[in-house]
Order: sequence, then C-alpha cells, then structure tokens
Amino acid sequence: MTLVFLLLAVITILGMGAAMSLRNPVHCVVGLTLGLLGLAALYLQFGAQFVGLTQVLVYVGAVAILIIFAIMMTRSSESAEQQTFSRSWVAGVAIAVAVFAVLGWAVHFGASGLNTQSTAPELPVKQIGDALLHRFVLPLEIIALLLTAALIGAGVLALQDPASETRGQR
Amino acid sequence: MTPLTNYLLLSAFLFCIGLAGALSRRSAIMVLIGIEIMLNAANLNFIVFWRFGPVPTALTGVMFTIFSIAVAAAEAAVGLSIILAVYRRTRTTDLDSTEATRS
Repeated sequence: MTLVFLLLAVITILGMGAAMSLRNPVHCVVGLTLGLLGLAALYLQFGAQFVGLTQVLVYVGAVAILIIFAIMMTRSSESAEQQTFSRSWVAGVAIAVAVFAVLGWAVHFGASGLNTQSTAPELPVKQIGDALLHRFVLPLEIIALLLTAALIGAGVLALQDPASETRGQR
Repeated sequence: MTPLTNYLLLSAFLFCIGLAGALSRRSAIMVLIGIEIMLNAANLNFIVFWRFGPVPTALTGVMFTIFSIAVAAAEAAVGLSIILAVYRRTRTTDLDSTEATRS
C-alpha cells in the first residue's frame, strides 16, 4: 500500500461521504466532484490515462454540472426546515453496513489467488482507438444509438408543457 | 493484505456509501447522486481487475469502463429530466411526500 493510494483513497472517501451526508445539496455536489476527481487520479495512477481523462471530462465536466442545474431548477420549494434524511434512514444505513460486511468478507477470503504484483501495463491511446474500431465496433455503435435515444428522450421529457395537464386539476 | 485487496475494499466501501445515501436520502436528486457513486465503484472494480488481471493487454476492462461511463451519463440525463417533469407537476422532489409518488 503506497502513500499515493492512501491519500487518493482518503480524498475519494471524504468527498463521496460528504456528498451523501451534507444537508445543502450544492455542498453535496461539490463533495461528489471531489470524490470523482479522486477516482480519476486513481485511474491515472493505474496507467489508464484515457479512462481517467474521460472520467474528468464526462463526470466532472458534464454530470456534475447537470446535477447543479437540476438542483437550481427545483430549488424554489425547498423549505429550510425540510428533513434531509428519510424516515427509514436507520434501515438504509443498516442494509449498507450489511452489504459492506458481505463484500469485505468475500474480498478478504476470495481474492488471494490472483496475480497481484504485475507492473503497470502500457496503454497508448492509439491501441484503444484500434480496439474501439475493430474488436469493439458493435458495442460502440450500440452506445451511440443509446446516447442518441437518451438525449432525445430527455429532451421530450423536459420540454413537455405541464400547463395543459395540470389545468384540469386546479 | 495485498494491493488488490485494498483496492477492492475501497471499491466496496464506496459502493456502500452510495447505497446508504440512495436508501436514506429524501431528495430524488440525492438518490440519483448515490446511484452515480455506486456506478463509479463498479468502474473502479473494472479498472482494478484489468490492472491486476492475468491478461492486461486484453483491454476488456478499460473498454467496459468507457462504455459504462457513457451509459451512466445517459442515465443521469434521463433521470434528471424525469425528476424535472415530476417537479413541474407536484412542485416537490421529496420522495417521502405522497404527492411525488402518486403522480
């Protein structure tokens, strides 16, 4: 266990923990961004530069900003004394602790047979591009279709006029 | 404690942070953030098994992570627009209120 890994793990856990426990939603997104940056630095340390930079580009650049926009657009009704946690939060945390116990048990007793001392593999971007356009070309096309459909669907969902639907109820 | 065990434990811990948040927060946006954290923990597992696996030149873990990031971005866009549509009908994103779940 190196010092770099310890530092990055502490940063990531602090950021993600802050994202799930703070009361102000904007602070939560800042914590989430910190955790995502820590994960991206971990990917860079593993030698997966392309994945680390994609993580920064997509998550920190797009998803975090999208969540900020959604928080700003749904903010007007949030009153100050509103509860942050659900009534059944004890059950939720207990389920998470139980899941961590099971996962930790499985990792501790199951992962010992794998190769653990290999050096960081070389991964040039050219090789990723070749693989994307030859071996993984069908998943690439499916992902392109999925992204197009998701963007059109999100636009349709967000653009529909609520006035005609709610007028009858008022 | 091998390095692989440490990375897998970190990933499991991140997953459980996301799970606890998704199960215990009231705001729908915070539940979505919890789901994103769980997806990121799974991505870390893919990268770790690619890095310490028997055939690191196979590129499968890296490719799966890239596709997973793309799917997560699509999921965030659709999820947030659904939350916005629900908010415009009920004026709340609180999952415990009866209005948001009834519509």
